[in-house]
Amino acid sequence: MRAYLGIDLGSVSTNFIVLSQNGEVLANIYLRTQGNPIQAVKKGLLRTKSELPSNITISGVGTTGSGRQLAGIMVGADIVKNEITAHGIAAANEVPGVRTVLEIGGQDSKIIILRDGMVIDFAMNTVCAAGTGSFLDRQAERLGLPIEQFGQLAMRSQNPVRIAGRCAVFAESDMIHKQQLGHSMEDIARGLCQALVRNYLNNVAKGKDIFPPVLFQGGVAANVGMKQAFEEALQMEVWVPTQHAVMGALGAAVLARRKTTDSAKSNFRGFKVSDWNFDVKGKQCHGCSNCCEVVEIQGEGQTLARWGDRCGRWSEQIPMQTA
Amino acid sequence: MKVTFPHMGYLYVPVRSLLNSLGVEVIVPPAISQETITLGTRYAPEFACLPLKVNIGNFLEAKELGADTILMAGGVGPCRFGYYSQVQREILSDLGIDLDMIILEPPQGQWRLLLRGLKRLTAKASPLAVYRAGALAWAKLKALDFMAKEMHPIQAREAVRGRTMRAWKEMVERIDDADNTKAVQEATQQGLALLRKIPLQTAKDTLKVGLVGEIYTILEPAVNLDIERSLGEMGVEVIRSVYLSDWVVTNLVLHTLHLRDDTEHYRLAAPYLNHFVGGHGLESISSTIEYARAGIDGVVHVAPLTCMPEIVAKSILPQVSMDEDIPVLTLMLDEHSAEAGIKTRLEAFCELLQARRNRQQTCHKRNCDVPAQCREGFTFEGISRN
Repeated sequence: MRAYLGIDLGSVSTNFIVLSQNGEVLANIYLRTQGNPIQAVKKGLLRTKSELPSNITISGVGTTGSGRQLAGIMVGADIVKNEITAHGIAAANEVPGVRTVLEIGGQDSKIIILRDGMVIDFAMNTVCAAGTGSFLDRQAERLGLPIEQFGQLAMRSQNPVRIAGRCAVFAESDMIHKQQLGHSMEDIARGLCQALVRNYLNNVAKGKDIFPPVLFQGGVAANVGMKQAFEEALQMEVWVPTQHAVMGALGAAVLARRKTTDSAKSNFRGFKVSDWNFDVKGKQCHGCSNCCEVVEIQGEGQTLARWGDRCGRWSEQIPMQTA
Repeated sequence: MKVTFPHMGYLYVPVRSLLNSLGVEVIVPPAISQETITLGTRYAPEFACLPLKVNIGNFLEAKELGADTILMAGGVGPCRFGYYSQVQREILSDLGIDLDMIILEPPQGQWRLLLRGLKRLTAKASPLAVYRAGALAWAKLKALDFMAKEMHPIQAREAVRGRTMRAWKEMVERIDDADNTKAVQEATQQGLALLRKIPLQTAKDTLKVGLVGEIYTILEPAVNLDIERSLGEMGVEVIRSVYLSDWVVTNLVLHTLHLRDDTEHYRLAAPYLNHFVGGHGLESISSTIEYARAGIDGVVHVAPLTCMPEIVAKSILPQVSMDEDIPVLTLMLDEHSAEAGIKTRLEAFCELLQARRNRQQTCHKRNCDVPAQCREGFTFEGISRN
């Protein structure tokens, strides 16, 4: 049976999805990247393989996320796409009429506006990471709460406290202040969710027309407190898709399916890659005043790719396989 | 006197030529690097816009190479650039750095100040030599702008990544080396020949993206993270709204003579903005409208963070984008050094432009009833093209 693999190599998590020809999810893996993307890809491949029935052949691979190039080189991707497009595609695939996608991940947050299944506008946080998953993680830790329970706790609050949401640093000091005044944990948790939603709507979604249906995805969408805060602020229903945490990977798989339906052979190197030894070397090129930092990826002693050079002097020597 | 000046794209070529022919010794600052930006941000006020900081970095690095005098342009606002030279002089003197500053104030302000600045530079030259120096520098500037325009469509179609960029570097060097106007013409012809030799992909209908915004961020690749090259190498043809030679004609020549050639810009922008807001704020709006009507696929708007004229433009552009039906992506640039973030946004933006174009070509009308088949038509290859 033909199937398609999507990999989203993000800063915080690395996700794998295997999609069948008719769009069924055959495997779904969510891993923490933990600062070691190569290890995460290898581990993910191993786990994906163990979850798949033996009669599956991977006929196409797509990669996305901030580490998409690296993941693409490692596994031999047929398509390498930015995460904005991947998330948009996945959302349109899940809910065909979707018009707004709110996406909050580990280090970034974005809004994607779609009409008739097409991305027509988007925005991504630029100079501030307030309101992203990492910030929530840290605050949950400060409150001594497991992040998984954060949303449930916020839902119990009847009387949320007001926390300044413009800047993450001040939100934190504001929150500590409220804590010291003796406010209950759930009121603070809900107040924090509301602050983050305000921050998101003011910074990322500034000037965009938000029309239903609204989809909320990314790792933070698991937080029911955030979903509720969005619904309150937008005064409309917000949907969280079942695959919310792995939407990037889903989009990559959909793209891979589109790309390879007619072309004969996939570039996929096979699951054996999980046993390969990968080595990354960085060096500074002194060919000109740019002093580019060139990165070289080696797999099983063979140079697979080089990048980082502006002129192409190093990368040209090895044709990329993802073209 | 060893004169230095701030970098702005290939501005150093005509300025060095001008000063050298006037018999002035020139120290060109090292190309802007991460080190330059770090130096500048260390000593400049945090909320100043990025060009001021990078200028300071240029001056300090040129000082290391032995420069003793800075040549800097002045201004009369409302853009903060008018204050740059004064603020920079204060910063340098606070640092105890002994650099003399020649400020060329624009004639809209005071003729006397401009003449005083020019007199110091031209002291050693006869009127004929001054004319010749000006003519040569002007020829070089025109040639570079011409080559840049010629380069954009070729870069978007090059068969091997980086070939156009390599040819461009060679062209700049040749024009830089030319020591009379005839040699500049020859260098231009040689440059064109170089460009024509670049192998191209087979006939390809490329996306066209207009680049509008603040002049320094548009012209200086080290500051805009090489946005033109990134777009070009993704297979997108860049239509740049600002060329240095046009700017010189409009602002230094025509406005001084109280003539204008920018009435068309004012006319186009009028429904949204009918007042000069400094810099290229008004032109960002009028150029976006112009591009939309010319059938350009989309517009990328760049500016340094806290740039007042472009903040005005930024708040108006969503309305223009809706009225004229052209997607606009605004990028506010600061001390970012990661190209990846910018590339992600550019790629996603071009992707949506490509999807739009596919749909327009399939359906020939905007409100199509069968979007599914258009959705499938993704052809934009983005950074994985090469």
